Amino acid sequence: MITAEQKPLNEILDYISPYDRIILVGCNECVTVCAAGGRKEVGLLASALHLNFLKHGRTVEIKEITLERQCDPEYAEELVSEIDRTDAILSMACGCGVQTIAARYNEKPVFPAVNTKFMGASVSQGIWEEKCQGCGDCLLGITGGICPVARCSKHLLNGPCGGTSKGMCEIAPDVDCAWCLIWERLKALGMEKRYEEIMEAKDFRAAGGGGPRRIIRKDLSL
Amino acid sequence: MKIFEPEIVAFCCHYCAYTAADMAGSKRISYPANVKIIRVPCTGKVDAIHIMKAFEKGADGVYVAGCLQGDCHFKNGNTRAKYRVEQVQIILGDLGWEKQRVAMINMSAGMGERFARTALEFTQTIKQLGPSPIKITHTDINQQAIRF
Repeated sequence: MITAEQKPLNEILDYISPYDRIILVGCNECVTVCAAGGRKEVGLLASALHLNFLKHGRTVEIKEITLERQCDPEYAEELVSEIDRTDAILSMACGCGVQTIAARYNEKPVFPAVNTKFMGASVSQGIWEEKCQGCGDCLLGITGGICPVARCSKHLLNGPCGGTSKGMCEIAPDVDCAWCLIWERLKALGMEKRYEEIMEAKDFRAAGGGGPRRIIRKDLSL
Repeated sequence: MKIFEPEIVAFCCHYCAYTAADMAGSKRISYPANVKIIRVPCTGKVDAIHIMKAFEKGADGVYVAGCLQGDCHFKNGNTRAKYRVEQVQIILGDLGWEKQRVAMINMSAGMGERFARTALEFTQTIKQLGPSPIKITHTDINQQAIRF
């Protein structure tokens, strides 16, 4: 899932302070799961904004709407009925959602209320860790289900560097060395030979090095 | 000059603080009438949005009163409530409000005296802080309207 964190309130207030009527748009997908921009967070941010404006003697109309999936033009259409009555849109979705709304309603200013962080998984309640960088050429089948591209600080493809110590990475004592994890996993699976295979330099064009990426499925296109 | 009497909302757990308030009543221990009690099945049921809405509607202070640490009827509702209170304190801090306007308090059902004492102490804290910034603004606006 795509993870996100709310921006500092001051930054959000700087964006929206010139406007009197705002739509605060949440998203029911990833940002709901990582508690950054779902219905609940929309309510909480709207409340904080109300408190701030009331403190300054202003009454700002904030319409709270949470779309099913903000990165889908089909759901972005749901704002049509409200758009004429608003001065600006504040989106609590990931960057994909913000851009979808900005492209659809290009006559209105659209601002992000969250910082999109990474593609991650929930480790335990309230903790998410980066697990994938969307490199476009998955190596997990070779590396025992542990990604060296996302989880090795140096994205090394052929074993650990000298910064590994007792299974941890040199960048921080609580960051696992991905290559230690890979080795332990391959050992447990009896696939140590995989470790000996030298991986060639990765083609990072598929990872975005060749410009913005696109998937075209003719079978699904209209 | 009119004396400032704060509006205080207290979210009280049914199993402890609410019973403690009852206990205070049975023992004829008085506590400030500024405190308006909202009974909840567990403080774990109190979300940050409930506290924020109380402020939005004009509360000068809000506190959540739950069971003693480790004694929650539902295992860890009071711990969750504590984190949510901290979350609201951060939001209030970001908005330039005093963080002391929201607090988490723990007590058992038998602590009638403690309920009354914390109600009094919290009311005094809020009296020292003054009215909620929303009310100050409203008063300022009204005064300006009169002046013009």
